[in-house]
Amino acid sequence: MAATIRYTEDHEWVRVDGDIATVGITAHAQEQLGDIVFIELPDVGRTFAQKDEAGVIESVKAASELYAPVSGEIVETNAAIVDDPALVNRDPMGEGWFVKIRLSDAGELDGLMDEAAYAAHAG
Amino acid sequence: MAQHPTGDLRRTPLHALHVELGARMVGFAGWDMPIQFAGILAEHAHVRGAGEGPCGAGLFDVSHMGQIRLSGEGADAALEALVPADISGLKDGRTRYTQFTTESGGIIDDLMVTRLGEDLVLVVNAARFDVDLAHLKGRLPGAVRIEVLDSLALLALQGPSAAEVLARHAGGVEGLSFMQTAEMDIAGVSARVSRSGYTGEDGFEFAVPADEAEGIARLLLAEPEAAPIGLGARDSLRMEAGLCLYGQDIDETTSPVEAGLAWSIQKRRRAEGGFPGADRILRELEQGTARTRVGLRPDGRAIARTGTPVLAEEERIGAVTSGGFGPSVGGPIAIAYVPPAHAAAGTAVSLDLRGRAEPARVVGLPFVPHRYHR
Repeated sequence: MAATIRYTEDHEWVRVDGDIATVGITAHAQEQLGDIVFIELPDVGRTFAQKDEAGVIESVKAASELYAPVSGEIVETNAAIVDDPALVNRDPMGEGWFVKIRLSDAGELDGLMDEAAYAAHAG
Repeated sequence: MAQHPTGDLRRTPLHALHVELGARMVGFAGWDMPIQFAGILAEHAHVRGAGEGPCGAGLFDVSHMGQIRLSGEGADAALEALVPADISGLKDGRTRYTQFTTESGGIIDDLMVTRLGEDLVLVVNAARFDVDLAHLKGRLPGAVRIEVLDSLALLALQGPSAAEVLARHAGGVEGLSFMQTAEMDIAGVSARVSRSGYTGEDGFEFAVPADEAEGIARLLLAEPEAAPIGLGARDSLRMEAGLCLYGQDIDETTSPVEAGLAWSIQKRRRAEGGFPGADRILRELEQGTARTRVGLRPDGRAIARTGTPVLAEEERIGAVTSGGFGPSVGGPIAIAYVPPAHAAAGTAVSLDLRGRAEPARVVGLPFVPHRYHR
């Protein structure tokens, strides 16, 4: 299963490579949030259950949370978006990724949406 | 990320233009209003004259605000029974900021009052319009006529280039000074033009007939320095300017003195009283208050929003009433009420953000110096 992308109802994306899931927010999410000005990421080594609050995203308009889209351990975080939160607005699906999680239950991915289902969800 | 329903909301005369310009619309005080056009940060920078390319003249639709004309013998003295400002002493063509106060010295609404000849024109908050109108009808004597000016749109052009841009279509506006108002033509349309605003910048607010508003907006937006600005940047601009938002920074529990608005109570009213809540307000002017409105600058980058507790030595001493990101400041800013012992600039406090005490310092208001044309 190479580089499968899945989406959550909370407008996060998950790109899976082996047992590592890279997580970010979707283009739709950044568009809705508007200018992002503050991001707080969890420490590497912390573990989260699926849907746990794992980070904070503040835009000029509102505060929002990053939920762990899958259960697992944080193995890497993207310091670049902490220094320059607008990077998430500019490239949400690429350079603006948030965290990498080592999956503890790959079966959770089956419960997430594929691109077509997410496109319908985001309207 | 829920969108407000926009079905039953009222529309201003510029609604179709906002939609055409790609605005994101939200419900605000019963109106369907643009929250942003190009983006809040870009719009904010545009109004401050700090955008990319020509800028410095932001056009705001504030037609949701209530406009009320009072006329008839003794209207000024009658209004003085409801507000702590000196209205009888207000000169023709001058505008004053004041508040409708409660009997216990709280604030029903804040408003602008302009004298035009024999009449007074009031501009009040959209969210308080119904309350204000009922208050006026219940409290003003029958000899004072109350007319709702709902056939007028209200626009604002704000920023360091506003005077130059507006003067291209309304010769004479450059001669107005801050808080001065005149009836003059904008592109041949009769308008009530005030040199005032809610951004801390130089600028104008002008009332024009509703059916002429879109034409004037298009004319102004065709100027290279002009761009449409939504409610999002309106809020970040007014916060940086240290200006109160009714319902957040002031309400029926806060007095004008606590809110730092004592400057809006002129000498004669302090001596004579005769407005609702005068007992409390005059006592507070003399003896001080238990809490006062201050600015806060968090040391970190996390944003403290409305309701965030303010702590000193782990004790709760107050709360944030408005907070957000200050684009011109380049970091988070907040307006809060704290006891006078903690109100001096430089005082260290902390903000309870998601259970963590984040350090912050008290600073004087405004966060960004006003640039009014006095």
